[in-house]
Amino acid sequence: MAGASIMETLFQRNLEDLIKASRQQQVRESLFISKSMDEIRREIKSTDLHTKSIALQKLSYLSSLHGLDMSFAAFHAIEVVSSPQFLHKKIGYHAITQSFNDDTPVMLLITNQLRKDMNSSNHFEVSLALECLSRIGNIDLARDLTPEVFTLLSSIKAFVKKKAIAVVLRVFEKYPDAVRVCFKRLVENLESSDPIIVSAVIGVFCELSLKDPRSYLPLAPEFYKILVDSKNNWLLIKVLKIFAKLASLEPRLAKRIADPICEHMRRTGAKSLMFECIKTVVSSLSEYESAVKLAVVKIQEFLVDDDPNLKYLGLHALSTIAPKHLWAVLENKEFVIKSLSDGDFNIKLESLRLVMAMVSESNVAEITRVLVNYALKSDPEFCNKILGSILSTCSKNLYEVIVDFDWYASLLGEMARIPHCQKGEEIENQLIDIGMRVKDVRPELVHVSRDLLIDPALLGNPFLHNILSAAAWLSGEYVEFSRNPFELMEALLQPRTSLLPSSIRAMYVQSTFKVLISYVHSYFLHKENVASSIDSGNQASEVPESFSQRKFPESSDLTSEAPACSEQDGDFNPRDSNQSFEDLSTENDGDVTVTHGQASTSASLGKNSFTQESIVNLLNLVELALGPLSRSHDVEIQERTKNVLGFIDLIKKEILNPIIQGEQYLAREGTEASNAVKLMRDAFSKELGPVSTSAQERVAVPDGLTLKEDLSDLEMICGDALLPLSSSFSLGSPQYGEKFDAPLSNLQSKDESEPLKESTSLLAEHRKRHGLYYLSSEMGEIVSNEYPPANDPMSQDKLSDDAADLVKLTEQSVASKKKPNNVKPRPVVLKLDGDEIAIAAKKPELNSGMLSGAVRDVLLGSEALPTSSRSNLSDKPSSNKKGKEKLNTDLPLESKDNLGGEEMPGGAASSRKSKHRSHGKERRHKSVGKNGEEKEDNSQKKETQKSNHRHGRHKPRQKADGPLNVVAQTPVIPDFLL
Amino acid sequence: MIRFILLQNRQGKTRLAKYYVPLEDSEKHKVEYEVHRLVVNRDPKFTNFVEFRTHKVIYRRYAGLFFSLCVDITDNELAYLECIHLFVEILDHFFSNVCELDLVFNFHKVYLILDEFILAGELQETSKRVCIFLNFVFWLFLVWLELMSMPYPS
Repeated sequence: MAGASIMETLFQRNLEDLIKASRQQQVRESLFISKSMDEIRREIKSTDLHTKSIALQKLSYLSSLHGLDMSFAAFHAIEVVSSPQFLHKKIGYHAITQSFNDDTPVMLLITNQLRKDMNSSNHFEVSLALECLSRIGNIDLARDLTPEVFTLLSSIKAFVKKKAIAVVLRVFEKYPDAVRVCFKRLVENLESSDPIIVSAVIGVFCELSLKDPRSYLPLAPEFYKILVDSKNNWLLIKVLKIFAKLASLEPRLAKRIADPICEHMRRTGAKSLMFECIKTVVSSLSEYESAVKLAVVKIQEFLVDDDPNLKYLGLHALSTIAPKHLWAVLENKEFVIKSLSDGDFNIKLESLRLVMAMVSESNVAEITRVLVNYALKSDPEFCNKILGSILSTCSKNLYEVIVDFDWYASLLGEMARIPHCQKGEEIENQLIDIGMRVKDVRPELVHVSRDLLIDPALLGNPFLHNILSAAAWLSGEYVEFSRNPFELMEALLQPRTSLLPSSIRAMYVQSTFKVLISYVHSYFLHKENVASSIDSGNQASEVPESFSQRKFPESSDLTSEAPACSEQDGDFNPRDSNQSFEDLSTENDGDVTVTHGQASTSASLGKNSFTQESIVNLLNLVELALGPLSRSHDVEIQERTKNVLGFIDLIKKEILNPIIQGEQYLAREGTEASNAVKLMRDAFSKELGPVSTSAQERVAVPDGLTLKEDLSDLEMICGDALLPLSSSFSLGSPQYGEKFDAPLSNLQSKDESEPLKESTSLLAEHRKRHGLYYLSSEMGEIVSNEYPPANDPMSQDKLSDDAADLVKLTEQSVASKKKPNNVKPRPVVLKLDGDEIAIAAKKPELNSGMLSGAVRDVLLGSEALPTSSRSNLSDKPSSNKKGKEKLNTDLPLESKDNLGGEEMPGGAASSRKSKHRSHGKERRHKSVGKNGEEKEDNSQKKETQKSNHRHGRHKPRQKADGPLNVVAQTPVIPDFLL
Repeated sequence: MIRFILLQNRQGKTRLAKYYVPLEDSEKHKVEYEVHRLVVNRDPKFTNFVEFRTHKVIYRRYAGLFFSLCVDITDNELAYLECIHLFVEILDHFFSNVCELDLVFNFHKVYLILDEFILAGELQETSKRVCIFLNFVFWLFLVWLELMSMPYPS
């Protein structure tokens, strides 16, 4: 064995050999690596420390540059570290920092070695141990080594001291209780004469204050001194970062630092410091006019600089200041627009942001025109950035900047056609959203949708499918505005729709259904009209055949009841479907004049554009196109197709009948088909609108209704109540049968709708709000009431609206009242109470977050800071679960400490036990536990000694903390500010 | 705070990688790949900052080597750009006209310097002179130790 080890030692390849060899064998690198790994695995098991450490060094080289797993060597690394030779230690610590993480099982073994090295008289060894701790420190290590770090904080060697200071940050993060021990020494070091030490301390405070700035307000005087006195740019940058955080919390502090910062701006030649000053001014000192003016001048210097970095940072600073001082952006407008065509993506993006910040009601059209043209020319990525920012800016605050919605609708259509457009989903949402919110824009939307649907080329682009889905939904929902339903139908049924994904195809089928219903309904209505005219003796000119093939674009206006019904919008009472025809026709005439001025004269002619032939053609077309789909594998498509086909079966008979039976048959009111069509039509024509998220809250609870608290019970009740309702609406279902009992179901629905009227409105509202709970009944509704997928984008949209509203807490009411005195008045944008309520609800939440922070500070004093920083830890992607759990177990301990110092030993012990238990290794836990206990005692002693001292010293600090947080603004701060 | 520092050549080979936050091995590999892709095709006339996930990468190219620093989004870009330059100057001083091969063959020495330069994600040395001096002392110490430990008969 010994012989082998000597041989190994003598003939072992060292790192340099390995590197040389690897460079010569570049062709088969993987083979070489695996061979070397075999070698290393053998060598690392050697009993000889030198051989072992060389093997470890090679391993860490391969691991760091080729990403090999070196976790198997964890134990060997610990062995190497324990070597008395510095070189071995160095190699070992390097391997440990590189490969250890919180899950490494041998982590516990390293504690003692670290402690030993930290207490070493060789400061290089100390520094190695500190570096290692800074990288791998977990809660156990941090807790166990806190006393050593504390000692090192007052080391006379700056070399060690600065490292200890840097490590403190990690210790605080992992083990917040260390703050009680180390915080004072840390603060003392702020006054050190050595700039390196001060710089290290400021670095720590800069990191800490990023997470919870409020707790460091009492240290402001020290920071202020550095800000004024120091000449070290790096230090100044860090201090400025701290002040940027503090100044937003304490306005008087902002006032004080404004002057020194301006002084730095005038004086300094260093761009980095200059930029930091600008950043601080634009983010935290935006109320100080002179500072802002100076900063803007400096920004302009950055902008005109040749260095793209400065240019970019200048733009960045401008966009930070834009919300508060738009004039700064407008001053540099030309430059910003020019930067849009810069080669660098960063600069382009930043200038795009600035351009969007300049958008207002008056210039939105011009700016978007420029940008859309620009998007056409630019690369796909930036093109989509442009489109995205146009969409988000225009939709902000419920389309605040949009006056001319017709223009916006056509802009959306245009954007959809831009070749690189990938914003399908957003455009889809907005199309549907403005369709529901803005009544006046619907005709234009239908027009835009038609153009999109009719273009077969668009179907090939998968990014546009979402938009097409919205277009299909709009044309189906607002079919009454369609100028040519037949053409629309052809567009919806064109063969290339097979390229669509099934969910969108289902949408197409449903829209087909709506269009069909509308069309057939108009046809029946027209027939009746003719018949009644015949009855009343006006046969003179109203013979339909005389208008045979003429198609009037206004033909469908006949059926435009929706505007009428929408006047009572928000009212969920089922519409009375038994309006007499006379009423209807007069109503329609009225509507026609309102909605389409041009239609008023031709309205009477329009009624006669339906012929037997055209309707049969249409039915055949639908049957032909949808036939294959009825065997689709997608249930949505299949079901909807079956519905349509069933419906066609039902009415076809009667439409074809008159040829045999004569006109008079169809003219009679109350034929099965016409009744069915009417009902369907009524179902579809009920307006779908955005539903406020708070709709449910506004419904008054009827007398005598006792609401159960248990939601599951409630759900059961609702389910019961809904079942009959939905069946009364499910007109579609009987269509599958050969025989259709329309009169019966008709009757049924009428009967039930009467008594249910009030509760239906409630339920309907509730159903819209809580679609989730109504899953089963909603399914029944699909056929009759509304097209469910439309709800999803709707709700999403509202969510995003809420978010946008939140971001900008502008007065909604003011915005809505503000009627621009343009030639064309801004149409009403339907707003929901929910939007405002949501804001109101969220606002206190934000406040409460800050409040709780303040309360926490009051309760826990200065020691509490890491508690918050610790909670922030979880945000880091790297912090793993185990660590978090441990942190949680520590929480009670900490609060106990704060309640009474005596309880600490018990609490600490118990928490430690639980921690060790979590490791699951009984034996190890015992021994380490013992060690820990001893040490605990020691530290306990130490601590009691210190604690008097500490308390005395901490008193002023805590005093300062207390009143500051309890009363919002107290005279304490000014004292500190000198 | 510095999240990691990477030295990569144009082919994407990592010459030095130091992480100040714990990352899985596979994650490190992915990060290196992504950073290289972000950085390598940028025009020299472009800015030296790239957004990288929720952080930003400040990079600088020296001959065929990219020095990339990943820092927090709130950090000062220009300062870290200077910091990269300072680091390169230090390396240059040590290896007198540093080149890629120096870094390849002096793997552990580069780490040594780096550890003196950055600790726990914070810059330790901001002035070139002091840093070089300290490293030099450390360097001598190490050479001495290496000499001492070379003949190692068991």
